Amino acid sequence: MFTIVRDLIRYNIEFAVGLFILLLLIAAVVLSFFSPYPAADIYVVPPDLPPDAEFWLGTTSRGQDTFWQLMIGLRNTLGFGVGVAFLSRILSLVVGLTAGYAGGRTDRVLMAINDSVMVIPQFPILVLFYFVLKDDMNWLMLVLILSALGWAYDARLIRSIAMSLRTRPFTTQSVYSGMSMRKILVEEHLPYVMPVVFATTMNNMIWSIGMEITLSVLGFTDVDTPTMGQMIYWANSHSALISGIWWWVAAPVGAIVILFIGLFLLSMSMNEYIDPRSRLNRMGV
Amino acid sequence: MPTAVLQTPPAPAAAEPVLVVDRLRAYYRTHAFGLDRDIRAVDDISLTVAPGEVYGIAGESSSGKTTLIKTIVGAIRPPLAVVGGSVRFRFGGEIRDIYALTPAELQTIRWRHLSCILQGSMNVLNPVRQIRHSFQDFAFPHMGLKPAAFWQAVRAHLARLDLDPAVLDSYPHQLSGGMRQRTTIALATVCTPEFIVADEPTTALDVIVQRDVLTMLRDIQRRLGSSFLFVTHDMSVHATVSDRVGIVYAGRLVEEAETPTLFRGALHPYTQHLVASLPRIGDTTRRASLPGRPPSLADPPSGCRFHPRCPLAMDVCREKVPALVEAAPRHRVACFAVSGAPS
Amino acid sequence: MSLILDVDHVGKTFVQGGLLSRREVEAVRDVSFSLDAERPEILSVVGESGSGKSTLAAMVLGRLVPTRGRILFEGGDVAAIRSRAGRRAFMARVQPVLQNPFEAFNPLKRVDRYLFATAANFVVGGGRTRAAIEERVDRALVEVGLTLAEVRGRFPHELSGGQLQRTAIARALIPEPRLLVADEPVSMVDASLRMAIVNLFGALRDRLGLSIIYITHDLATAYYISDRILIMRKGEVVERGAARAVLDNPQHPYSIALKQAVLTPDFG
Repeated sequence: MFTIVRDLIRYNIEFAVGLFILLLLIAAVVLSFFSPYPAADIYVVPPDLPPDAEFWLGTTSRGQDTFWQLMIGLRNTLGFGVGVAFLSRILSLVVGLTAGYAGGRTDRVLMAINDSVMVIPQFPILVLFYFVLKDDMNWLMLVLILSALGWAYDARLIRSIAMSLRTRPFTTQSVYSGMSMRKILVEEHLPYVMPVVFATTMNNMIWSIGMEITLSVLGFTDVDTPTMGQMIYWANSHSALISGIWWWVAAPVGAIVILFIGLFLLSMSMNEYIDPRSRLNRMGV
Repeated sequence: MPTAVLQTPPAPAAAEPVLVVDRLRAYYRTHAFGLDRDIRAVDDISLTVAPGEVYGIAGESSSGKTTLIKTIVGAIRPPLAVVGGSVRFRFGGEIRDIYALTPAELQTIRWRHLSCILQGSMNVLNPVRQIRHSFQDFAFPHMGLKPAAFWQAVRAHLARLDLDPAVLDSYPHQLSGGMRQRTTIALATVCTPEFIVADEPTTALDVIVQRDVLTMLRDIQRRLGSSFLFVTHDMSVHATVSDRVGIVYAGRLVEEAETPTLFRGALHPYTQHLVASLPRIGDTTRRASLPGRPPSLADPPSGCRFHPRCPLAMDVCREKVPALVEAAPRHRVACFAVSGAPS
Repeated sequence: MSLILDVDHVGKTFVQGGLLSRREVEAVRDVSFSLDAERPEILSVVGESGSGKSTLAAMVLGRLVPTRGRILFEGGDVAAIRSRAGRRAFMARVQPVLQNPFEAFNPLKRVDRYLFATAANFVVGGGRTRAAIEERVDRALVEVGLTLAEVRGRFPHELSGGQLQRTAIARALIPEPRLLVADEPVSMVDASLRMAIVNLFGALRDRLGLSIIYITHDLATAYYISDRILIMRKGEVVERGAARAVLDNPQHPYSIALKQAVLTPDFG
């Protein structure tokens, strides 16, 4: 594992840069726990100060320190992405592996559900959820809803791998060794789909964070948990750009761009790691 | 006896050889993703092939026989690297050193003078285009003919091989495995090359089809007078098509002789075992198997690489590498039990 | 006379294509044979690709359900086994040996996990203690000329094709089955190791009284080791009988062609 990471860093500049950005983000998450101000408190600092030595990223019109808001927002946004990715990966693994291995009627039923989820228009559904749930639409609820929407594509991908694994002779060997289906899926087949799971994790995070930001900016979420989208929402509602408080908007937008670039680079290099031909090309061997 | 039909008298040894491989060494060198090693797939191999001769190379899986032919035809891609030795062909009286050629020169030699028939014929024939396109892409640039004359030559060649010219308008998937392999052979021989390399050309085929394809190969070889380098693990195929056979074990040539000599009087214990263990219909005497396992090329045994499995192993075999020496005219063997231990 | 296996007019039809281009392919057509419980034997099923021999093997193993006819194993219909316990009891009596030993084990896993899993899942009585399981595994490995010490903790790429195939056979022996179904077990094994596997089948028949269905395209090894032979072509049995009698003097034109196509390395 260590040598794989070392060689990926050495031969794959995308991975190195992506990893660097990821480490920066993790540092931000750690830093957020040392914030001098509680996240939701307002007017704790003088409002509308431009960036200077004391307030690195200035302060907002609501009297909050932009830097610490950003750190806490990054933590929540990343946590959101990881939460959705984690839950939806579990769903897609269970559905994909089971459908691919079991085949027949199980496969048809699971894929009917899978395809229905795939064609649901996501954005209108999310807005609908907001209007139905109103105040119950909190951070955790949104994680659950997006997880329930974000597994279907990857379940199909995993199913196709599972279908070919089922025909491999070692699967027959496992069956005649008396192993249960659960044991075969978890111990024999899971290692083969893990690279795909890792790669799709990045794409899934990009998707779910993008969704959260879109909803937040429009105000369709719980406005009390600071996230990247929340920051932009409050900045807009105080007309930050018009009143020249540009740093209030620039900080979250910049952070989002960096976050997306990092995830995209990692996802790309993961894809390359999965395909050994391009990996060898890269190594120049 | 059915096999006798395919046998021809061996080509005269006196003629200038078409191929001279001299002390060739080729290793797989990898140092990435935590690995650092040399795999000595071709280790100090010398051999010659005469005009009109079918030279067979036999060996087990991962004995290095496929690497040997890759190295001989100059298809060397990293991590494979030629570490020493030379490969020289004689085409039209002119000697060509494969490793001294530029890629462009190598390209002009391919197909025209030197062509390959490989196990998976589907790889050569483009699956989404009619077979005529494969002929056009591969053979046309090398024939130097006008289109009309070219197609006439192709049709004549197909007729000579008892192939219906209608295959030109078929897609590869429309043909059976045997037909595909015959078409590949037609493609490889249409430029009448002096030298043809065949790697396990019949291994994936059914028994009856295999026999037809081998007959066709032997027939075309005799008509064109080309030399063949014929690689297969199957000793009964060598018995049927090869004039001379070289036995490769763990990257080294351990014995080489004319085919009848090899089957009647093999000298190396490994060859003796290969011949003796072949089951035959009509013979129920017990066939023994060798103890141990084929060695790893990354970490081969010291001395003679066969010594851990050899019934005749002596102390010297563990320490020194036996040279390939002429034990009888046109019969070379690398074994201390035959040549006597060095003093 | 009691039968271990009774294959009774069995056929298998596969349906290819979709709604509009539906096409039926008859892979096995009206095949019957039986194996006697008192007389363990090696039955070779010989044929080229597309002869239906692998489909037949899959039906005997219960991996495919016949379209027509029945397969009775020790009197019970194989296709009628539905319950988990029934499947398990059947697998304890009928075990497969697969074609490519390098593919037959998960390359990411240690080889011994299949041996231990088989012992833990199928061996009843005598306690399922670690020691009892290891003892059972070692006994099966000794049966094929290996020991647990040689195999323990090894990954597939660390063993030769012959060792892997013998390990696979040892695994199949652990539940003490009555019948082995070996589908091309030596076609991917190197020449110097091949006869060890073939000889092992003979020894298992003689020593353990095991019946073996040996699926192959190689007439020479079928002649060498088997008692009876079925020659299949396009899903049908074209000739059958005592292996040596049939191959010494084949009657059906296809059997004759098949025998003539065998390359004989004879130089007097």
